Amino acid sequence: MMHKKLIGAGMVLLMTAIPAMAQDGPSDPQIAHIAYTAGALDAEAGKLALLKSHNGAVRDFARTMIRDHEAVNGQALALVKKLGVTPEANATSAALSKQAAQTHARLEALSGAAFDRAYVANEVAFHGTVNNALRMTLIPSADNSELKALLDAGLTLFSEHQAHAEQLAKKL
Amino acid sequence: MPKMRPRSCTLAAAVSFAALLTTASMASAAPRTHVVAIEKMKFSAVPQNLRAGDTIVWINRDILRHTATARDGSFNIDLAAGASGRMVIGKAGLIAFYCKFHPGMRGMLRVAR
Repeated sequence: MMHKKLIGAGMVLLMTAIPAMAQDGPSDPQIAHIAYTAGALDAEAGKLALLKSHNGAVRDFARTMIRDHEAVNGQALALVKKLGVTPEANATSAALSKQAAQTHARLEALSGAAFDRAYVANEVAFHGTVNNALRMTLIPSADNSELKALLDAGLTLFSEHQAHAEQLAKKL
Repeated sequence: MPKMRPRSCTLAAAVSFAALLTTASMASAAPRTHVVAIEKMKFSAVPQNLRAGDTIVWINRDILRHTATARDGSFNIDLAAGASGRMVIGKAGLIAFYCKFHPGMRGMLRVAR
């Protein structure tokens, strides 16, 4: 029960940070930083799952998260380089990192089926939060059309990840 | 006033038209190659006129690795980002397929004999 409360607290933190920015609208360098951070954090969570989980389906899912998020982030890095944009740290990416650090510490203390359930539950929640942010704030605020297109492609992919995690959670 | 065509010319046209028909009917019986592309996390529409022995070329236009995997295990094509893969359809029937990495991506082959 404790971990659900923590996920809830993290999401509240994140959701309060994002609308606060939305009033002015995050800039493209801030959006790039948020999107890149979210992807890097999820790849990190996947690496933790590969260290800790012995469940084949969970390990396959984690491998997909690492592979996909690293591929999208590779594309994001190539784009910011091409556009001459330097990603800019901001309150939302800081909130994401803070929440992920708490989740990482909590997951690290778990093992076996308890770890698998907590990891996958967090994947459902994390993708849900990031997808909402993409839909409501990041995509509408993006000025550059290529950045917008990459975020759109990301939303399609991460929505599939969320559905995949939801299906996996039912089997654990 | 338009000129009448010589009879021999009309005959030649009829013969070549018949030859064309024969070639066309032979071509439809021979194995063919079809394309199914992956783009933006979706398989494109699957051709409706598939036959056992035909070839499918799967083209991955995403920046992500995908697979085209038969639910019944009859094929499993691994597709790196931007890569393509060929396979011969081994049997007739309905063959459901999906991407192993992204199970929301699905499709169906309807294969005639």
